[in-house]
Amino acid sequence: MKILAFAEQREGKFKKSAFEVTQAAKTIADQLGAELVTLVIGDEVESISPALSAYGVSRILVAQDPRLHYYSTTVYGKILAEAALQEQATVIFLPASQMGKDLAPRAAVKLSAGIAADCIALSVESGEIIATRPVYAGKILIKEKINTPVKMFTLRPNIFTAVMKNSMQTKIEKISVNLTDADFSTKVTGVKIVEGRPDVTEADIIVSGGRGMKGPEHFHLIEKLADTLGAAVGVSRAVVDAGWRLHDEQVGQTGKTVSPTLYIACGISGAIQHVAGMSSSKCIVAINKDKDAPVFQIADYGIAGDVFEILPVLTDEIKKLVGK
Amino acid sequence: MKIVACINHVPDTEAKVKVGGDGKTIDKASINFILNPYDEFGIEAALQLKEKNGGETVALSLGGDTHKETLRKALAMGIDKAILLKDDSVRDSFSVAKALADELKTLSPDFILFGKQSIDYSDEQVPGLVAEFMGIPSVSCVVKMNLQDKKVICEREIEGGHEIVEATYPLVISAQKGLNEPRYPSLKGIMASKTKPIEEHKPASVSNVVEVLSMQMPASKQAGKIVGTDSSAVPEMVRLLHEEAKVI
Repeated sequence: MKILAFAEQREGKFKKSAFEVTQAAKTIADQLGAELVTLVIGDEVESISPALSAYGVSRILVAQDPRLHYYSTTVYGKILAEAALQEQATVIFLPASQMGKDLAPRAAVKLSAGIAADCIALSVESGEIIATRPVYAGKILIKEKINTPVKMFTLRPNIFTAVMKNSMQTKIEKISVNLTDADFSTKVTGVKIVEGRPDVTEADIIVSGGRGMKGPEHFHLIEKLADTLGAAVGVSRAVVDAGWRLHDEQVGQTGKTVSPTLYIACGISGAIQHVAGMSSSKCIVAINKDKDAPVFQIADYGIAGDVFEILPVLTDEIKKLVGK
Repeated sequence: MKIVACINHVPDTEAKVKVGGDGKTIDKASINFILNPYDEFGIEAALQLKEKNGGETVALSLGGDTHKETLRKALAMGIDKAILLKDDSVRDSFSVAKALADELKTLSPDFILFGKQSIDYSDEQVPGLVAEFMGIPSVSCVVKMNLQDKKVICEREIEGGHEIVEATYPLVISAQKGLNEPRYPSLKGIMASKTKPIEEHKPASVSNVVEVLSMQMPASKQAGKIVGTDSSAVPEMVRLLHEEAKVI
């Protein structure tokens, strides 16, 4: 039995999820007595691939071609499906990232595979892989299994651990890619990167502001704290609806679902649709003037006070700590 | 140009969703259902494509009779025609996508629009599955799109930026918030929607490939510690985060 893990890279750098997916796949492979193979697709990726060996993979397939510099839904889908067929892999793991979520369904149809999407836990029971995943934005958890011969799982980033172990002897094999122009019916021609803070879905720490911030002119308080912590800035739906901030920072059921180590909610009441998107954070801090705000029900630590008074002091105290 | 917006009928974001008696589906009683919020961006994109290029717009939904309410909303926003793939069974993404793709093949649209996710199961897999079943390209999480000759230039959201994507059409697009500002149904639109017909078709039954074993509420969290009520509590808060929670 073979398990295939897809390791995402962009611009010749592995995403953290590449290590998370490889290690989660290795854990399952060990439980099933299966062999793990990791696939890397890109332009110059052979040289970076050995980094994966510290996460338990002994064989790495590399699909390398200048035309693979950028992601392409159709082309990456074809390469992934062909690699799975070639290897006769029956279990495939991908990250539930913007790339993984886009790629999985294209390969799934080619392989007649069911997909368990956005998994937050995996286990093996009687030889079957059982996936746990949140639905209704985390208001409910389901356990599910896949009944097709080939099974695909996408894993939510920032949930599965990736701990470097001793590197093992790793074999890196180039696989041939036969691509025609017709395969490029979608192709990425460029990427616009927003410089600065990390994306909310990838950040270890998020400092989030809600309606209690009273206006866009006060978000510098949130930004200062975020920058002190190297954190992302998040916002609630009310803030986006009011036009104070852009939607790419929105956390919640109609925004992004996040699971950072630390989530600091400032002036956020804790409406169910917001909580749904951030309740899987490992530690939640709430700062809100209203001591009865629902956000305190899910917070680990809270200060029931004025955000405008507390935020500058908090930023200074953390500066002192990080400065040490 | 033929443009189809695929739409879904989902519990309101404010709904307190509970597990139903079977332990595998939700209890639908006393829940308010709405047009999936992301699908509004798909409908708006369909309407704008027609306004610029001419043609016909169709709204397509798979589900029970209750989905007619959501189809009527699409008609009220200005969609020309509605089709309900009438089916009361519980389907997974694969089975939904297969049924939609079978129907879409008979319509042969130039553009198929989805919301980037349905806020119930949030798989974000159906648009890609439909495209692959139909053998056509797809672009997901789109925040900008422009038609240039035979090409579509899109921007799709990725972590910390946007990808510029060039695609050919027929094309499946999944729309992210920011693609457009969905219009409100006009009074005239609402009146017209009441008389526009909703065609009912019967989708082929496909068995699910993913089996839900159980559904449960997440363990409820204990309310935490209120450290204080003003900035004098900050040093203690920072100490707790550093020493107890070890997160900074």
